[in-house]
Amino acid sequence: MKADKKVKLRIDNLSLSFGGVRALTDVSLDIRDNEILAIIGPNGAGKTALLNCINGFYKPQKGEIYYDGQRITRMRSDKLAELGIARTFQNIELYTGLSTQDNIMAARHVLMKQNFLAGALYFGWAHKEEIEHRRTVEDIIDFLEIEPLRKRVVAVLPYGMRKRVELGRALALEPKILLLDEPMAGMNLEEKEDIARFIVDVFEGQGATYPNTPVLRDGIKCIILVEHDMGVVMDLADRIIVLDFGRKIAEGTPAEIKTNPEVIKAYLGQET
Amino acid sequence: MALPSGTFNQSYAQDMAIFRTKTQWILLFAFLAFLFTCPLYSGDRILTILTIIGITVISVHGLNILTGYCNQISIGHAGFMAVGAYTSGMLTAHLGWSFWAALPCAALMAGLVGILFGLPSLKVKGFYLIMATIAAQFIIIWFILQFRNITGGGDGLAVPRPEIGDFVFKSKASYFYLVMIFACLATFAATNIVRTRAGRAFIAIRDNELAAEVMGVNLWAYKLLAFFIGCVFAGVAGALLVHYVAFATVDQFPFMNSVWYLGMLIVGGMGSTAGVIFGVVSLKLLDELVVIVGPMLAVVVSPQAAASLSLIMRGLIIIIFLIFEPRGLAHRWQMVKAYYRLWPFSH
Repeated sequence: MKADKKVKLRIDNLSLSFGGVRALTDVSLDIRDNEILAIIGPNGAGKTALLNCINGFYKPQKGEIYYDGQRITRMRSDKLAELGIARTFQNIELYTGLSTQDNIMAARHVLMKQNFLAGALYFGWAHKEEIEHRRTVEDIIDFLEIEPLRKRVVAVLPYGMRKRVELGRALALEPKILLLDEPMAGMNLEEKEDIARFIVDVFEGQGATYPNTPVLRDGIKCIILVEHDMGVVMDLADRIIVLDFGRKIAEGTPAEIKTNPEVIKAYLGQET
Repeated sequence: MALPSGTFNQSYAQDMAIFRTKTQWILLFAFLAFLFTCPLYSGDRILTILTIIGITVISVHGLNILTGYCNQISIGHAGFMAVGAYTSGMLTAHLGWSFWAALPCAALMAGLVGILFGLPSLKVKGFYLIMATIAAQFIIIWFILQFRNITGGGDGLAVPRPEIGDFVFKSKASYFYLVMIFACLATFAATNIVRTRAGRAFIAIRDNELAAEVMGVNLWAYKLLAFFIGCVFAGVAGALLVHYVAFATVDQFPFMNSVWYLGMLIVGGMGSTAGVIFGVVSLKLLDELVVIVGPMLAVVVSPQAAASLSLIMRGLIIIIFLIFEPRGLAHRWQMVKAYYRLWPFSH
């Protein structure tokens, strides 16, 4: 499929340092529509730092980030969520005291319109809106196959399931760009396969299976995947960007990256 | 919460309902009927206790939203009650406003002052925020004492009783009804706020500030909103209190009350609307118990022991709950209900 690959997110000469530590140095890259982009690199290469910059956590000292032509550098995280950038975290960051269903429901925040006064009155408008959004949440729960966990408090769920709930929460935001920070870290093969399947399914869209949930029906056409598992990355990604010590050292298709001498050096070290 | 056997949710509305079965509705109405017929068979003393409990419930609902749900610990809640109390008191006593016009102003004023003292919450957390809210308590009281020409300062301020047309809420029974209606409305509003959009945003901030922001919750706006809502409840409660006593002094809003409100939340269970009611009722009843037991203790042990009995008991209860049941009576109640639902089959 050779679909339109217009640039969705452009990163220009991004530099980020913490005191003397240079987390990112002049990183430039394009993130395009209709592709799964993988960012790989050894530990401490700056992958998560890059996501955190896109996400508004870290304020880069230099460089700009453009989303659909709009400058979003140093924008607040919640504004970025409204624009349609959602993410999952390497170390799960769920709302531990809420149930699975409420965690996903909480992500509908930016898409709901009621204020606290309507909420206080509840019956009428707020009630109707809650039910409407609940339908979407149920579709996401159904898609991720976590129905039995609907009412369970997430703090007591096993690791793999919590990762899945977190993916569900990101989906509930109906994002245009989905950032996945090591979605398969610490999982066994079976769990990895499940998550890989979900990522592909989200990317492709489910069409008529979920006619009323746009995010599942049409899919999310721009996914950024930070992952250590090379097998997964090579299979899923359309394009790969390799970071090492905060610099971009390579970019290309999985086949190109596999044979790139710079990448091999970064991962395996240089023969002396 | 498991449903009774044979009951199934067939719509999202049913799944979201708090009162789901017929029995629950019957129990609710039975409780309300009992509550609102209390003046028929209880004396003035009981009515006074219940009225004070009602007022405290309103106030602690606010603190629960602020502290229990949004995790912005406030030890200045009595101060915010004083703002509402004096706003309403001054508007009715000096300007001759009706109570019904002054009450919304009191609520709003308390809310705005709450936002003002909530501003540090954007930068500081936990322990430091506690210090900031303690400051709020003392600054508010200091202001009231300084502006003695309008607030009455240390002498206090005589406040008229509320009235509708010719009817004045003068008797204990009439004021009991007034307070209980407000307490029910406050409970209704608090329950619904926390289960809809704003409430989920508060819980998101409580459980994971980082994730909340990434998921689109404007931390700035929602922390201040929590302060606003929490203090609006306090303002209403404060106004109801001074109009009940028909007199406003700063002694009605001591610093220790702010601490006890937090203690009530701990005993009842933070982040639970039912917990507010459990906590307030249990600590207030404990006080009444002390009133009965105190004189006996004075005879048997020593007068000093009796004098400090109330403090010792409250402190002890709070410590016991912190150690053995940090989730409070509300959680115990959930366990009892779950047990009852499934009895005699525990699976």
